[in-house]
Parts: sequence; structure tokens; C-alpha cells
Amino acid sequence: MLSQESLKLIDVEVAKYPSDQKQSAVMAALRIAQQEKGWLARETIDAVASYLDMPAIAAFEVASFYNMYDLEPVGEHKITVCTNLPCALSGGVHAADYLKQKLGIEFNETTPDGKFTLKEGECMGACGDAPVLLHNNHKMCSWMTTEKIDQLLADLAK
Amino acid sequence: MSARNLILADLDGDRTWRLQDYLARGGYAALKKIIAESTPPADIIAEVKASVLRGRGGAGFPTGLKWSFMPRSFPGAKYLACNSDEGEPGTFKDRDILRYNPHSVIEGMIIAAYAMGCERGYNYIHGEIFEVYDRFEEALAEARAAGLLGDKILGSDFSFDLFAHHGYGAYICGEETALLESIEGKKGQPRFKPPFPASYGLYGKPTTINNTETFASVPFILRDGGETFLNYGKPNNGGTKLFSISGHVNRPGNYEIELGTPFSELLEMAGGMRGGRKLKGVIPGGSSSPVVPADIMMDCTMDYDSISKAGSMLGSGAVIVMDETTCMVRALERLSYFYFEESCGQCTPCREGTGWLYRVVHRIEHGLGRPDDLDLLNSVTTNIMGRTICALGDAASMPVQSFVKHFGDEFAYHIEHKTCLVPDDVQREGSKIYVGPSC
Ligand SMILES: Cc1cc2nc3c(=O)[nH]c(=O)nc-3n(C[C@H](O)[C@H](O)[C@H](O)COP(=O)(O)O)c2cc1C
Ligand code: SF4
Ligand code: FES
Repeated sequence: MLSQESLKLIDVEVAKYPSDQKQSAVMAALRIAQQEKGWLARETIDAVASYLDMPAIAAFEVASFYNMYDLEPVGEHKITVCTNLPCALSGGVHAADYLKQKLGIEFNETTPDGKFTLKEGECMGACGDAPVLLHNNHKMCSWMTTEKIDQLLADLAK
Repeated sequence: MSARNLILADLDGDRTWRLQDYLARGGYAALKKIIAESTPPADIIAEVKASVLRGRGGAGFPTGLKWSFMPRSFPGAKYLACNSDEGEPGTFKDRDILRYNPHSVIEGMIIAAYAMGCERGYNYIHGEIFEVYDRFEEALAEARAAGLLGDKILGSDFSFDLFAHHGYGAYICGEETALLESIEGKKGQPRFKPPFPASYGLYGKPTTINNTETFASVPFILRDGGETFLNYGKPNNGGTKLFSISGHVNRPGNYEIELGTPFSELLEMAGGMRGGRKLKGVIPGGSSSPVVPADIMMDCTMDYDSISKAGSMLGSGAVIVMDETTCMVRALERLSYFYFEESCGQCTPCREGTGWLYRVVHRIEHGLGRPDDLDLLNSVTTNIMGRTICALGDAASMPVQSFVKHFGDEFAYHIEHKTCLVPDDVQREGSKIYVGPSC
């Protein structure tokens, strides 16, 4: 179900914990699985759970508790923009409005071509860089003026 | 009292985070001395106590005292955890410590593990800063290769290994027992205390949890002495501290200063007020700390005691600056939404109460407020506070109480006139996209 490459990465995570605590690696394993598949379908979560010898329901609980796991399909590029107060004071909301207008979608929607999904985020611990957004969970983009947003979207649309 | 870099000393952004750079700055000297002299663990804890280092994660608990709670001799594993789950709105200091000076945290954790006899540690890193997590893994590999981590550190009998664990989007995992649950591979739901982590922590074993900045302060204390550190601050408020300044200033960013530095000086370091506009209020210690009106704030010094006298908390050192273009109702609405979203849902007063707070502030902001809404808000907060498993319930309530207390007129205006006191276009202009000179 998961690629050999993903399983190898998961093994590295499992080795960080005491040998009787494999479940500790579930957050990393779900992240690795999501990176491979794009989102976490029920079968993917089940595969992670069985690889870690834990009940499928326990892995599902984790996947649904943490916001960065996607339990529904998302576009090729998921953009999460922080609108919490510190960011909002330096244009976080303006940046979000600009993204909505450019992409023609609201939060939690995906463009019809399946390219972009837009999400509203909470504090990313980078408020000094406002406006900030995350591309596909892991790439942080700082000081996102409208010009830089244009550039980012153009690069990603290629 | 002024700017002073201990943690951030001699850093050059992304260029100086590697082991060789840290060694060149005098890094790992404290650890090497401890190993060479076989310093008794109790002496290390005494030195940390002498520094009056207080936890930098929010609660300000004395670090040396916390370390002394760990059982000395325990048959089995003891653990150490670093809390880098920085998600308290306004706080972004741990990210800079980790990406620019990761070995200071690693050295601080090794020393702490030596002092408390921990065999294994985890650094729990906020999922949203994944690039920092990757870098921390590299720094760990450097330390392992140099014999600073792992079996028989620097040829001694002391062994300790350290690993990185990432979060994936849950503010509540910053609460220390939720963090432990999360490392165990579960939902991040806080545990009842007692038992405290020092007796029942990770995997049920004695565990100490400290903030990233707390650990990063330790090497200096052991190298230059606890008293030197204390003297950089003021009595009962030892050392330097990083402050993350966001909001309506000219140069948002992190500033390391001596505790006790006047707020006015810190504001100047951050370039002063954006567009020369007037200060309205400051949230001095992260979104959970009560808001302080401008005139009171301008008289404060930046330390635990002064901010607490002003009716707030130094918290995580996240200073959110709001000028006269800010609608205080809208500001509170956004914060209340955050706590409602992030409540883990375990306790009824928090789960239901945060929803109530958000809905009531939301309806005031949107012109649907009722005359008795301010009383309602206050009564909801009293029903939450002190009745929950963890401090998120209080964290959600304190902003509401303080905003209503200090800016009650603005809330009353909203309810009566069904619109903001500050015109919408003024608000939008005041908080438009602004990137300071740092980028
Ligand atoms: C809701 C909530 C969120 C918290 N978030 C953090 C956090 O992001 N980082 C942190 O160090 N402490 C956070 N804390 C405080 C921790 O529970 C704990 O007190 C701290 O990590 C202890 O470290 P220290 O003594 O070095 O400050 C949070 C507490 C609560 C109740
Ligand atoms: S106070 Fe809120 S966040 Fe904390 S345990 Fe209770 S429900 Fe969860
Ligand atoms: S509020 Fe946006 S990153 Fe902190």
C-alpha cells in the first residue's frame, strides 16, 4: 500500500522511540504517507496503523485531531494563510483576500482544475514574517506582498 | 538595562548555525567542563537556581526548582522533553533560536539530562515550521558524529540521546502533558495533574519539560555562572529574554534584552509605531495574556514582576502592539475564534464556553450584540476559569475579561450603534500588508 521508500522513512522514525513504543511514530508516519499520497484516505491510515501494529481507530483519531492532515483530497498545491491577530495587524487578512480573489475560491475550496486549495491557518509561530503562508504544509513563505503572491502562484501554475 | 545578546550573540542568520560555528562561539565549553570535572549533578541544579532562570514557555516557573523535583534515583528510564511547539499567537522566538542556534538547545538539553539523570530526550517541534525540524535533525546528526550525543558522551560514563518529534497542527500540544500524549502517538489531550510529569511523565516515567529558550539559556549559566546571568536581569527575574514583537511597529521581529528593560525602549528598538500612529494597547505576553492599555504599558518594564503588577503576564514574551486604527472588538473576535478552534474538547466548560465566547463576541462585532452581552461574556468566563483540566480555558477567558474591562466603551458602542467605533476603511488601511525593512 505504501511505497518502499515511505516505509524506509517510517522505519527511521520508529527507531527514535523505545522498542515497545512504535505508536510514537504515528504522527511522522501519517505525515510521510500523506506526502506520498497527497491526502489520507481511510485505507492509507489503515496501512499506517497496521505497519505500526496499532489499532486502525487509534491512527484515525490522530489523523483527525491534528489540522495538517488532510482527510479529504486537496489540490496539487495547498496554500494555508495565517489570519490570526498578530498577522492580521500586518496584512494577513489582506493577503488572504487577495488569494481568494486571484484564485476565485473561498477558504476550504479547490480551484476547478484541481491545482489550488486555500485554507485559513492559525499562528504558525512566524508572526514577525507576516503575511505568512504555507505551501503544502512544509514550505513557509514569508512577507507575502501581493507581488510575491503573484510570483508564487505563477511559479506553481507552471 | 537594554539590548543584550546571550542566546542570539554573534549569529549571522542562516550562515552560522552549524556545529563548527557554535564551537567557535564557545559552544559546548560548559558541557566539556562538566564532563572533565565530573561536576556533581546537584551543583548544576544549584547553579541554575542561582541564576533565577524562569521558564520561558509562559508560566515563568523557576527552572532550577523544577529540575529538583525529578527523583534522584529511579529504577528505570527518565526522560527530558523540549517544548518547541510554539503556537501561542504572537510568539516566534523559538523558531529563530532553533534555526540560527540549534546547538545551544542541544547543549542545554544534554546538561539538563546530566543533571537529572535522563537517558533520552525529545524536542517537540511545531509542525508548521517543518524546515526548522529538518535543520534540527541535521544539527542532531552533527552532535552525534562529534560524540556529544549517544553512548558515553565525550568518553565519559554518561549516555544520553536526543530525537526530534514534530507536531502537525494542534496548539494544545504546547501544553506539557498534551505534548507528552502526542509523543506517545495519541491525540494531544492534556492529562489531569497531579500526578505531575516529574513523577508520571512520558511513557509513565519521570519527565521534565522545558521550553526551547529555557534550555538555550543553560549553557551560558553553566559557563559564566548563575550570578552573572541573574545580574543581567533584575532580582527574581534573572537574565536576558527574547521578545517577539508583532503588530503595528516599524520593525517587527525578535529582540533579546535584559529583563527589566523599559517597554518604551523595546518599542524604540522595534522602530517605534508604524506611520507614527498612536499606541492603543499591547498584549505583552502572547495572546493568552490580558491586554494592557497604552498609558499603563508605557510605564512598564519588561519583566515578570512589572507586567504582572500591570495586571497581565509576561507569558512567552510575545508583544502584540496595536495602534489607534485597531478595532478592539474585532481583535478579540479573532482571538476568541482561535481558542474555540483549538480547545481539545475534553472538558465541558472549555468546549462549550469557548464556543459561547466566540459567538457572543462575533455577534457584537457584526452588529447583533445585545445590551446584556458584556455581562454574559463575564459570566461565561467565570464559569470556565479554574474549572478545566488545563490552562487553555483560562487562556481563552483572560483576553475576553481584559478587553471588556479596558475597552468596554468600544464594546458598548458596538452594541448600541451596530458598527465599529473605528471606521472600517481606517482599520483596513492601518492593518494593510506591511513588510518591514528586515525582509
Ligand atoms: C494551552 C497551552 C499552550 C502552551 N503552549 C506552549 C508552547 O507553545 N511552548 C511552551 O514552551 N510552553 C507552552 N505552554 C506551557 C507548557 O505547558 C509548560 O509550562 C512549559 O513548556 C514549561 O517550560 P518552561 O518551564 O521552560 O517554561 C502552554 C501551556 C498551555 C496551557
Ligand atoms: S481546558 Fe480545554 S483544552 Fe484544556 S483539557 Fe480542557 S477542553 Fe482541553
Ligand atoms: S499570527 Fe500568523 S504566524 Fe503567528
